[in-house]
Amino acid sequence: MLDNTLSDEAARQFQICNSCRYCEGYCDVFPQLFSLPEMSAAQATHLANLCHNCRGCYYACQYAPPHEFDLNLPAVLAELRQDTWERHARPQALARVFHTHGVAVAAVLIVGFALLFFAMAALRPEAGEGFYAYLSHNAMVLIFAPAFVLPLLGLAVSLRSYWREIGGGWVTWADLKRMGGSVARMKNLSGGAGQGCNFEQGARYSNARRHAHQATLWGFLMCFAATSVATLMHYGLGWEAPYPFWSPPKLLGVPGGILLCLGTGALAWLKLRAEKGLGAARVWGGEMAFVLLLFTVSATGLALYAATGTGAVPALLAIHLGAVLAFFVLTPYTKMVHGFYRMAALMKRNT
Amino acid sequence: MSQYDVVVIGGGNAALCAAIEAAEAGADVIILESAPQHMRGGNSRHTRNFRCMHQGPLSVLTDTYDEAEYYDDLLRVTKGQTDPELARLAIRESETCLPWMERHGVIFQGSLSGTLSLDRTNAFFLGGGKALVNAYYACAEDLGVTIRYDSEVRHIDLSEGRFSAAVLTDGTRIEGRAVVLASGGFQADLDWLTRAWGPEAANFLIRGTPYNRGVVLRDVLDQGAVSVGDPTQCHCVAIDGRAPKFDGGIVTRLDCVPYALVVNRDAARFYDEGEDVWPKRYAIWGRLVAAQPDQIAYAITDQKAQGLFMPPVFAPVKADTIEGLAQLLGLPGDALRQTVAEYNSACRDGSFTPGVLDGLATDGLDPPKTNWARPLDTPPYYGYMLRPGVTFTYLGLKVTERAQVQGAHGLLPNVWAAGEIMAGSILGQGYLAGFGMTIGTVFGRIAGQEAAAHVG
Ligand SMILES: Cc1cc2nc3c(=O)[nH]c(=O)nc-3n(C[C@H](O)[C@H](O)[C@H](O)COP(=O)(O)OP(=O)(O)OC[C@H]3O[C@@H](n4cnc5c(N)ncnc54)[C@H](O)[C@@H]3O)c2cc1C
Ligand code: SF4
Ligand code: SF4
Repeated sequence: MLDNTLSDEAARQFQICNSCRYCEGYCDVFPQLFSLPEMSAAQATHLANLCHNCRGCYYACQYAPPHEFDLNLPAVLAELRQDTWERHARPQALARVFHTHGVAVAAVLIVGFALLFFAMAALRPEAGEGFYAYLSHNAMVLIFAPAFVLPLLGLAVSLRSYWREIGGGWVTWADLKRMGGSVARMKNLSGGAGQGCNFEQGARYSNARRHAHQATLWGFLMCFAATSVATLMHYGLGWEAPYPFWSPPKLLGVPGGILLCLGTGALAWLKLRAEKGLGAARVWGGEMAFVLLLFTVSATGLALYAATGTGAVPALLAIHLGAVLAFFVLTPYTKMVHGFYRMAALMKRNT
Repeated sequence: MSQYDVVVIGGGNAALCAAIEAAEAGADVIILESAPQHMRGGNSRHTRNFRCMHQGPLSVLTDTYDEAEYYDDLLRVTKGQTDPELARLAIRESETCLPWMERHGVIFQGSLSGTLSLDRTNAFFLGGGKALVNAYYACAEDLGVTIRYDSEVRHIDLSEGRFSAAVLTDGTRIEGRAVVLASGGFQADLDWLTRAWGPEAANFLIRGTPYNRGVVLRDVLDQGAVSVGDPTQCHCVAIDGRAPKFDGGIVTRLDCVPYALVVNRDAARFYDEGEDVWPKRYAIWGRLVAAQPDQIAYAITDQKAQGLFMPPVFAPVKADTIEGLAQLLGLPGDALRQTVAEYNSACRDGSFTPGVLDGLATDGLDPPKTNWARPLDTPPYYGYMLRPGVTFTYLGLKVTERAQVQGAHGLLPNVWAAGEIMAGSILGQGYLAGFGMTIGTVFGRIAGQEAAAHVG
């Protein structure tokens, strides 16, 4: 069910913006808003997913509370986005729990650790090299293939239902290019003129969040690429792990892990300093837990690499793989979905 | 008791420009702003652009807008009531202001969608005036300027013929060696406005800050400062009658008049709605509505006019019949039906072209509608309530071209003024979009430089 209270409130605020237009240059939301002949709940949902919560339009707004017009676009759009993600998730209840409760995310993480410790104890191979001395390659595939593929399938179903709701049509090459360019530069966190957003310093602009997010995004993609390359090498070339430092998986994974670590660490720090009331306040805990989960994934990955050859490897391996498992399984139910919805919103043509 | 080099009264654009210039020249500066922090910035936080002279493209501005053209534009709206020296100074200096503003954190954006073609003459602030004000406050803080919010100044001590201290409402004395008065006009003091204009002014809406009550202006005038400008003159436009009493800002503007029929409380028409394109008539409708009983008017359109003007912030009243609309608006139904019928029968065939004078005029109607006159015949019908909205007042302090304030016995040696509080020195009536911020920036900077040089 579409939550009309939220989209109605967004529509009310949008109408004020439409008569004002001062924020036109901050992001993609405003030009699209101003070109709409009429506002609908679906349009509001689309614009909400386009908003990157840079908060420029809050600090610049002469109608921000306590003005009676009570403009707080970043907050209402964040709530509406959140509602979209929970509404389209299957099952919805899981999304409600994990988006909102950091503790629930932590619990899954602990279950992930336990599972891996148990698996390593129960399925300890006779022989094997590197990590495979503790958990065989086949056992890893058996655990991680479904944990990776099933959540992604679930996410695909959600995105399809979202795409239908907002009336997204065929995607063209130009749409993909526009989206890719926007994501690669985090254009919508640039403030429109490169001055950045209003996140951790109130009314002052700063690029800290944009840079931290860039580090996180690129770090994540490099880690993901490292794993993909390793899989190809394993099956395609018969070149099995462990890999030396001067090999594609390590050359992507080590700097990627460092970037991801720094990026998520910075994001968590910035989040502590930012005004809670300009986001979806009820999911603050879940968002923070998600950032820390990604941090855990990268930090334990790096620790594991650093510990190569020492007695700490089995424990670190279980912890790292447990975190990765928790991350995969939770993908459709945590802040991780924002990236997919955002890409969809950026791909939608403004017709 | 504290002692500063330069005390700046007010916390809008003019005050901030003065404070920044003075602090950059090495002075120890304090800003006294009567508003709380979240309301800082006076009317400046409602603005969107400033008008800037330029020879060739400059930042977001296209083409050229030279001194002669700018000055002509000004003369046209003020009907000659312009101080040529000060006006030309403001115009000439505006060109150096734009890069100065950018250096101090103001970011410009291209002309907003749906704005009259101002992309050559007016540079728009990204995020509007509040973003500009935020940038200047950040800059002033970084320069070590002391900023006091919730600090209304009620008295300027000029007892020795020169400034010695500003006295706050709670009695605190802030001593200083020079002062810059930048506390805006008096439009938010409805008693003063009523005394100047007449009892109708009680029904006016104030488009900007409730803090510009002219307390400092009154105080220094009472101490013999020379005044300029006509106290009955204020910039007054027709805005949405449902706007808040104060601070409704830009969104309460209504642009429907040229495509509407406008009647008063008694459902009678009173002026040619189609006299000229809206930007040129925007500023006279405040006075026209102010002259009607109860200072209220109603613009009525039919379905055909939807989409021809900027969307209003409040949804219009809507009905399928003229009587139904009259009832919802509280107008006499019979009278409105008759007014509409008379108007409709005076409309003639011809081609309708929005945005340009199309000459589609009524025939034999008094007052006529001389352009865009199409019959109201396609339901649903829409009703918009209009009230006068005051932007600012013109009465102000007389200053020199160095922004120094004229006292009873010659120039006050350490008193400068900038912005709305002295804008009457430059223009006596009329208004040119974006000139308020030009005056504030140019004279704010001059006042800050002069005050710092005086104490330096
Ligand atoms: C809705 C609206 C839109 C506008 N748009 C534009 C535009 O786009 N471009 C343009 O050029 N002009 C515009 N104007 C006009 C413009 O706002 C003014 O010309 C300009 O802001 C004047 O600047 P200022 O610094 O003199 O006054 P203000 O910005 O009004 O500042 C006055 C300051 O003094 C403070 N103050 C008042 N009394 C006291 C006291 N006793 N003690 C201490 N502090 C006091 C106030 O709190 C305030 O901070 C607009 C005005 C309105 C209302
Ligand atoms: S957020 Fe405020 S300042 Fe920005 S466009 Fe909307 S109403 Fe205008
Ligand atoms: S918060 Fe930023 S991205 Fe979102 S609508 Fe406002 S300006 Fe645009």
